Amino acid sequence: MAGFLVNASLIALLALIAILALRLHRLFAVVMLSGAFSLVAAAQFVVLDAVDVAFTEAAVGAGISTVLALATLSLLPAQEKPHSISLVPAFLATLTGLLLAVAVSDLPVFGDPKAPIHNHVAPEYIIGSEQAIGVPNIVTSVLASYRSFDTFGETLVVFTAVLAVLLIIGGYTRTPQKPKKAKRKTKGSQNAG
Amino acid sequence: MSVLAFSLLALGVAFVLAITRAALGPTPFDRVLAVNTIGTLAVLAIAVYGFFDGRPEFLDIALLYALINFIGTIAILKYFRFGTLGDHPHSSKKDKSE
Repeated sequence: MAGFLVNASLIALLALIAILALRLHRLFAVVMLSGAFSLVAAAQFVVLDAVDVAFTEAAVGAGISTVLALATLSLLPAQEKPHSISLVPAFLATLTGLLLAVAVSDLPVFGDPKAPIHNHVAPEYIIGSEQAIGVPNIVTSVLASYRSFDTFGETLVVFTAVLAVLLIIGGYTRTPQKPKKAKRKTKGSQNAG
Repeated sequence: MSVLAFSLLALGVAFVLAITRAALGPTPFDRVLAVNTIGTLAVLAIAVYGFFDGRPEFLDIALLYALINFIGTIAILKYFRFGTLGDHPHSSKKDKSE
């Protein structure tokens, strides 16, 4: 009962922040409210026992994305342009939300041993992974052997992301250099001629 | 037990007050302070909820949030002080020339 009350009040807080952020037109206030939204959402995830998701939400949602939104804000005007509410996206979003709310009722109860996720391949891994792979740690054998291509792809994605971030913020910026520009112009004119 | 429940309730009220200030706040500094307060309240809520639920193992997450909250506030204040985040060598030159 107490857990339900805590969950319900956190969800109500999230809805309140979202509605306020929609109503406001000062972009700085909207950025601030989205940071607050992320922090409350992270608290909600902790209450729901999804601690890793809460970590990510706090680090990315409240930390980095607020900073990135502020950096964007320094290039934008301070006020949102006035616009009317468009009906089709609102209808689609409401419909999707309702469908998700209906789908929640079909989910298995939290920690249910008969849930499909516990009966699909998990027993097979627990019984046979040591003989099949030869690694005593089941998690390691799943990550490095059963799902090795998946892990390889993830590593590639993370590597690409780190490269991209380093290229963007790592100082490889175009600095205007006058002599080089002049050379390029002469080359271009020669080619054109 | 009841003390913890009451403090959770008080934290909820404080959340609502801080969010109201973040939405209404006439100056940006009201909003910065309100969001910082919301971060501190989230840290407190996680800590109090851990003891309320009988599992205070997640207390280190509250510490992590305190650190992230600090970094976010520093970024916001830097935005106010300099107008941008990070240093743009040629954009600052432009400002000087203009």
